[in-house]
Amino acid sequence: MSKTANTPTVTLWVSMLSLLLMAMLIGLCTGPANISLNNVAVALFPQWAGSLSSDFKPWMETIVTEVRLPRMIIAALVGGTLALCGTVLQGLFRNPLASPSILGVSSGASLGAVIAIFLGLTAVSAWILPLFAFFGAGITLFIVYSIANHGGHTQPSTLLLAGVAMSAFNVALSSFILAMALQHWDVGKTIVYWSLGGIEGRTWSHVQLLAPVALLGGALLLGYHRDLDALLLGEMHATSVGVDIEKTHRMVLLLTALLTGAAVAVAGGIGFIGLIIPHIMRLLIGPHHRFLMPASVLAGALCLTTTDVILRIAFIDKAIPIGVITAAMGAPFFLFLLVQQRKTLRI
Amino acid sequence: MITESSPKFSSSVSATASTTLSLECRDVGFHYDQDDVLKNVHFQAHQGQMIALVGPNGAGKSTLLQLLIRALKPSSGAIALNNTPLTEFSRKALAQQMAFVPQDTQIGYSFSVQEIVAMGRHPYLGRFQAMTGQDYQAIDAAMSQTELTHLSHRAVNELSGGERQRTIIARALAQQAKILILDEATANLDLCHQLELLTLCRQLADAGHLIITAIHDLNNAARFCDRVLLLNQSRLVADGSPEQVFTEANLATHFHLQTKICPAEHYSGLSISPVKALT
Repeated sequence: MSKTANTPTVTLWVSMLSLLLMAMLIGLCTGPANISLNNVAVALFPQWAGSLSSDFKPWMETIVTEVRLPRMIIAALVGGTLALCGTVLQGLFRNPLASPSILGVSSGASLGAVIAIFLGLTAVSAWILPLFAFFGAGITLFIVYSIANHGGHTQPSTLLLAGVAMSAFNVALSSFILAMALQHWDVGKTIVYWSLGGIEGRTWSHVQLLAPVALLGGALLLGYHRDLDALLLGEMHATSVGVDIEKTHRMVLLLTALLTGAAVAVAGGIGFIGLIIPHIMRLLIGPHHRFLMPASVLAGALCLTTTDVILRIAFIDKAIPIGVITAAMGAPFFLFLLVQQRKTLRI
Repeated sequence: MITESSPKFSSSVSATASTTLSLECRDVGFHYDQDDVLKNVHFQAHQGQMIALVGPNGAGKSTLLQLLIRALKPSSGAIALNNTPLTEFSRKALAQQMAFVPQDTQIGYSFSVQEIVAMGRHPYLGRFQAMTGQDYQAIDAAMSQTELTHLSHRAVNELSGGERQRTIIARALAQQAKILILDEATANLDLCHQLELLTLCRQLADAGHLIITAIHDLNNAARFCDRVLLLNQSRLVADGSPEQVFTEANLATHFHLQTKICPAEHYSGLSISPVKALT
């Protein structure tokens, strides 16, 4: 048996990987103080200092390895994680409008995190915030799923409305808690700072938090590629080829909540990556989850790192949260999809 | 009678039980809320048979099929595969024995034919296991048996209804399931494709599969199937050869149809002509 029609070409993988590396390298070079590529190389690999003649200064190493490198890694991890979650949710709900932000999962994670900060629990352990974010995401996803899922089929309109309603509720509750917290300026400030989101000032401790969850959760989700393929055809098809539908739904939703929770805990609500990326990738390489999932991870990582780099070059002295940009790009895209949906009966 | 926990099946586990396949419904009942959809359905099916499940709309055919593939659980009684209750199989173990071809095979995604057929290997593969040469052989064999090889790279949402049904049958073959359950699989096909699909099913039955198909076309049922189960008002009211079940009296009682039945002229089977509706 030869390669299938939907097998993505090597070119696509290689170009996405090299673009990602390139974006990360540029990201390491640019900022308030520009550092040349040679100096970045020396900062990363001190043993090269001799061969690469440079005007290397010790502060450059601090900036590259302690500030910019963790930031780029966070951007890649968050982008990849959210894109993966979007891919999986769209497959599971058989609905191209599903994504962590639209289903209210991101705002649920935010609410969880805000509650953790408000109760002062974040001082107990660094894991409390992501844990609360996970529960917030999980509970929201469970509610939206229960409302929208009727006999194994989700009505697109019900799914969206349930997501909108849960989002509004989560945001309202978060705002309420913030208003309560403003009396104690320390707590209020932490919440405001955190809920602005973005990847500004993220450090290795954030990487330590996100990386294990993202890598492990992502790997486990990849194991569901055949189940997700079969579910795309419908519940009866999936049952016929031996997919345990309830178990698969439960595990995939749990993992999605876990990943979204971790991403939001680190970078706040960065919307629409999980909506746009899966779409573009599905157009490029087809619906086969075995390729679609890793491709979405790569593309999501590429998208967020590139956005971050462009943001830093274009608005060098203004701290614009990255979520603002992704939302500004994503919202029109979402509207475009809605218009598209009116034409096709089946989605 | 609720015997979900420990249904007692005829313990005829003989030497042949491992080689011959049997699917048994024992006093199966099913109800939504208070409404009975099926009552005391009792039959035993064996490999080599092609069984037509017929009955008027709302008789409970689809429900029975869904119970057989364990998409639903019986409210009473139990179903057993080779004398083992279905509930004791894992989903994958069950899928290795049994495949389902739904009525509506519309697929809104651009999977290739080969990718759809490859899904039939799911029951044999672990979560992180890649397909091996054995899997690819099964896929290729299934596609050639259903004459799909030349279409293997075509997107399934661009195929005709007949080709799509063949793809789903090929998936069932790649699954190497000995039992095939079809729900009105011919309902949306033109006459030529109906004939093709039923001929393929008949060949599979002759090769040792067990085929159970819900079917509206009684002429086709009589021509291709060797056994007919007639459901009406939630009950199994007749079970036998087409000649035994398709009598003018039976069709009048259960289909409210006046018919003229005689041996078919151009093939072995019956020619059932509906004359008029009895109201």
